[in-house]
Amino acid sequence: MEPIRVFSGRLAPLPINDIDTDQIIPARFLKVTDKEGLGAACFSDWRYEADGSPKPDFVLNQPVYQGASILIGGHNFGCGSSREHAPWALLGAGFRAVISTYFADIFRNNALKNGLLPVVVDAEMHQQLISLAQEDPSAEVTIDLEAQSVTLPDGRQVTFPIDPFSRYCLLNGVDQLGFLLSLNDQIEAYEAQHAARVLTTSA
Amino acid sequence: MTTNGHFNRNRARTLFEKVWDQHLVRPQTPDTPAVLYIDLHLVHEVTSPQAFALLRERGLKVRRPDKTLGTMDHSTPTTPRNALGIIPVTDQMAAAQLDVMRKNCADFGIPLYDLGTSNQGIVHVIGPEQGLTQPGMTIVCGDSHTSTHGAFGALAFGIGTSEVAHVLATQCLLQNQPKTMAIRVDGRLQPGVTAKDIILAIIAKIGVGGGTGYVFEYMGEAIRSLNMEGRMTICNMSIEGGARAGLVAPDDTTFEYVAGRPYAPRGADWERAVAAWRQLPSDDGAVFDNEVTLNADDLVPMITYGTNPGMGMPITGRVPDPDHLSDVSQKMALDKALKYMALQPGQPLLGQRIDVVFVGSCTNSRISDLREAARLIKGRKVAEGVRMLVVPGSQQVKAQAEAEGLHEIFKAAGAEWREAGCSMCIAMNGDQLQPGQYAVSTSNRNFEGRQGKGGRTFLASPLTAVAAAVSGVITDPRELMN
Repeated sequence: MEPIRVFSGRLAPLPINDIDTDQIIPARFLKVTDKEGLGAACFSDWRYEADGSPKPDFVLNQPVYQGASILIGGHNFGCGSSREHAPWALLGAGFRAVISTYFADIFRNNALKNGLLPVVVDAEMHQQLISLAQEDPSAEVTIDLEAQSVTLPDGRQVTFPIDPFSRYCLLNGVDQLGFLLSLNDQIEAYEAQHAARVLTTSA
Repeated sequence: MTTNGHFNRNRARTLFEKVWDQHLVRPQTPDTPAVLYIDLHLVHEVTSPQAFALLRERGLKVRRPDKTLGTMDHSTPTTPRNALGIIPVTDQMAAAQLDVMRKNCADFGIPLYDLGTSNQGIVHVIGPEQGLTQPGMTIVCGDSHTSTHGAFGALAFGIGTSEVAHVLATQCLLQNQPKTMAIRVDGRLQPGVTAKDIILAIIAKIGVGGGTGYVFEYMGEAIRSLNMEGRMTICNMSIEGGARAGLVAPDDTTFEYVAGRPYAPRGADWERAVAAWRQLPSDDGAVFDNEVTLNADDLVPMITYGTNPGMGMPITGRVPDPDHLSDVSQKMALDKALKYMALQPGQPLLGQRIDVVFVGSCTNSRISDLREAARLIKGRKVAEGVRMLVVPGSQQVKAQAEAEGLHEIFKAAGAEWREAGCSMCIAMNGDQLQPGQYAVSTSNRNFEGRQGKGGRTFLASPLTAVAAAVSGVITDPRELMN
């Protein structure tokens, strides 16, 4: 994974509450066995007509939002299914961060493991960012992971929370599996202590 | 709260805290999440291929194939077997995905309940059915409805595919300790009101994000009175309230259900296990971070009207009016939902025409669900123009239902009796709604397009589903029970 430190990008506003992962990537696209090609299906049912033509009024189809790399979602973004295809699809569609007032647990976990930053801001800043994106689609904001900050074009800055471990992994471009693998001795010790509780699936 | 795992053994703890503490390989620190040991990892074809690919890329083995079980459920057809007794897979992408699952399980030594074999079924049906799901365990699966297994007093939750790889490779997960919420349901359910109605009422009350960051513990007389399958229905939908896990304290009902199942402990091991399980319930005085209460006496059958499981109401109610909401974003969400559902504010749902009825899914496809549905549909006919699918949760459930003659009751009524799988709950196997169709479904999600692009879902209990199937319109099941 590439390290993430600072990046700037334009905003795409999708201020709808409770956007579930079935909307981000409908289940019929989950028959893949890799992570490729999901970007084209991101928000498929909101983005395309039945005949496959783009719905012109959907934000991601509007020319002014082409190339936006920061999605502003509504409250409780990413609820529902645990499918990691949701962050894969958003990354495939060119997003590097999602800004919301609140993220569903599993989505937030999945996003962090793939370098898609879930950025939580308060309701007031959320509304200001939506207004900014709607009034000036060319406006760029800067997200600084190290400083945990979002900077608006006028210089206003807000900070966002992120757990220290995820932040460390993203800043250094290391995945979390390596950390778990390094704990082999402790895992073995745990297994030795709890041998009596072992339950086996082999008949 | 447990601080860094150094807990005082005399301190009153919740059921969740006890299971959590017992599984700490390494406590949470200021810099790192807790490392939690996983007792059982269930794997299915849709959320695992990329995890196995990562293991291959890194040259890693599955650490504990003996604590891992594979099944096929999401993309599998539920259409009838051919002359050779095989369930044909005509969708090429699904067939390829199932082949990858077979290869992964074979290469990594994981037992697999392959499509159509006697133990295959929905991942959250087979774990309990085999006795693999036991009190006090940690159980994960790349599926958000893993919360189902919490009905046994296990800490069970859904994970993403990266985490599936973590557990395959290390049998451990990195987790920050969640908060706890007690959900107390006092009183007694009235006839025609079921576990499904309890959980739909809870989610309607707290909203789809109300439980985010929490683990639920369901308690109170109404929960204690439920059988295990009712408790599973409730825990199953914890995630629809935003909670990754929901637990019920184990009791004699739990032990009776587990006893004698293929993987249940036996003899002296059983006695030891039950003695340990009796220590699990939350201690008197244990502190929860939050609490919600409901009274079962007041509940009537519930149904959803919108496009998330929190948009639910008593079946006798009227669709809410967005203009009565003060919060702008909530108003917009309800507007959007009613437009998608083509429903009018203030209209009743009773009498609403429907096209399809689906009885199945990890929420309501177990033998007691099918028995309840069969009892109500017996001697009645599915209404003209309505399609009804009954999809058992597993091959074992299917066999049991057939031994009891339930399939004949459904078929006589004009319903389709299918092979086991997730089917129309997630609609990735060909079982799906057509655009614009209305369904009453016993599943767990009414999101836009969930049961097929453009399809419209009303979530309800198996009894309410049957009442709609035989009436052709949404009907209070209590009217058919007199």
